Amino acid sequence: MSLVIKDLTVDHGAIRAISEVSFTVENGKLSAVIGANGAGKSTLLRTLSGLNKATEGSAHWGDHNLLHGKPESHVRSGVSHVSEGKSVVAELTVEENLDLGALWRRNKKEALESKKQALELFPRLGERLSQRADTLSGGERQMLAIGRALMSKPNLLLLDEPSLGLAPLVVEQIFQTIRGIVDSMGVTVVLVEQNAMGALKIADTAVVLNLGRVATSGSAADLIADPAVRAAYLGY
Amino acid sequence: MIQFINMLLIGIGAGSIYALMAIAMVLVWRSTRVINFAQAGMALLSTYIGFELVQKTGNFWIALPLAMILGALFSALVEILLIRTLIKHSTSGPVAGIVPIIATLGLLGVIRATIGFIWGNQDIQIQPPLSKVGFKVGEETIALSPMNLLVLLTVVGMVIILGFIFQKTNLGLSLRASAYSPEIAQLAGIRVGAIRTIGWAIAGAAGAAAGLLQTVNGTGAISPDSLEFSLLLTFGFIAAVIGGLESLPGAVLGAVVLGLVLAVVQIYISGTLVFIVAFALLLLVLLVRPQGFIGSKAGRRA
Repeated sequence: MSLVIKDLTVDHGAIRAISEVSFTVENGKLSAVIGANGAGKSTLLRTLSGLNKATEGSAHWGDHNLLHGKPESHVRSGVSHVSEGKSVVAELTVEENLDLGALWRRNKKEALESKKQALELFPRLGERLSQRADTLSGGERQMLAIGRALMSKPNLLLLDEPSLGLAPLVVEQIFQTIRGIVDSMGVTVVLVEQNAMGALKIADTAVVLNLGRVATSGSAADLIADPAVRAAYLGY
Repeated sequence: MIQFINMLLIGIGAGSIYALMAIAMVLVWRSTRVINFAQAGMALLSTYIGFELVQKTGNFWIALPLAMILGALFSALVEILLIRTLIKHSTSGPVAGIVPIIATLGLLGVIRATIGFIWGNQDIQIQPPLSKVGFKVGEETIALSPMNLLVLLTVVGMVIILGFIFQKTNLGLSLRASAYSPEIAQLAGIRVGAIRTIGWAIAGAAGAAAGLLQTVNGTGAISPDSLEFSLLLTFGFIAAVIGGLESLPGAVLGAVVLGLVLAVVQIYISGTLVFIVAFALLLLVLLVRPQGFIGSKAGRRA
């Protein structure tokens, strides 16, 4: 199974948000999508998870067409999206937020297994199960958002700026956890990040978006070494 | 002393029925961000259907749940056939977001006219299933009849069941998540569209119960332009707003407070002031605590 995106174009009303974006992510790999603010990174993820409608092009996860159907049916096909800005329901408790991701699952035993797994990955959440999500720190909320996504047992995980607004130490920790999800659970991850260096360090491959178009793409190691990428996105 | 006890009894009794109506308004608001002015019409229709069912079955306590189920179905249909389309079409333009609310006003008129067409414009009478004569405490008759008591217990039972559904079941979790954060709920795999319809359905059932219980608790008479139903809508709406419009406990609290305040006015001052005081209370709460009794100051978070 792989994620294959071909000539994907998305418009927001009269504005073209992304234009003819094509790239592929192999099964079990971590691909970073980097670029400046407004490059279309979030739009790309929102289109893949069914929140935004594509204008043209195609996007498939295996033989599942990502441009058809609602987000809730994509989740059932193994595609989970953690949207930008710590996507948790503030008014619900930590445990309710986690359970939310598995409500649709028929096999409650497997769902319970996923919960155990999520809590092993983020033990801090286990200590705060009955707290409301809005009492958590930024990093904990991000963990909860990722934990909730894992409760749906995804094989493709779309992460939108998990490092946003977090302290450097916490960012490091979150990035390591994401790499761990890829390595130990075999989940394929598309990681959208403004923190280009952090993302490239853990990624296998990467795509650089500029004004809605693919500026360059390749292996993460090659991009880190690329002088143009270094100058534009890594700041040295 | 007896006057004070009567005041409490009348206030809580009336408040309990406003609470059902307020719950209906809150559920609809939470699931679709629509103030449903047709709620009174839908409750009235359910009450007429309840009247027919009482005639057919001869038993109010069989007719009540059946009328609630039909009220739920009707409400769900309104959401699916009318509101869903209107919301989709009113995402932009000068009246964005208001169109569905205006449509509920239109629906109210349509329902009332239809009821008049089917049942006529004269009063019809629902026989209360229990005695309306107040219990006696010593020599005094208090403002609580077996009928009042059973209505109160029924409402309390319904509120407890609703509370259980909302707090303890998967359906309740889906309803809450979809209300607070539809996008995240969707991304978690919840079929938000279906959950909205269920929110409307529960509201329809609560409204039907409010209509029937209000009728047998009061004069027993209903007509297409019944004043009692206008009051029910108005007071239910006020209770929902002062309760915070987002919260079910808030709606119940708002309704009981409103019921008690109106009972004080009615007993110690004058029954003619009830309307004015109800709206004055609404304005006062909006001025002093716009988020309602229960509701966070920051308002809703995304």
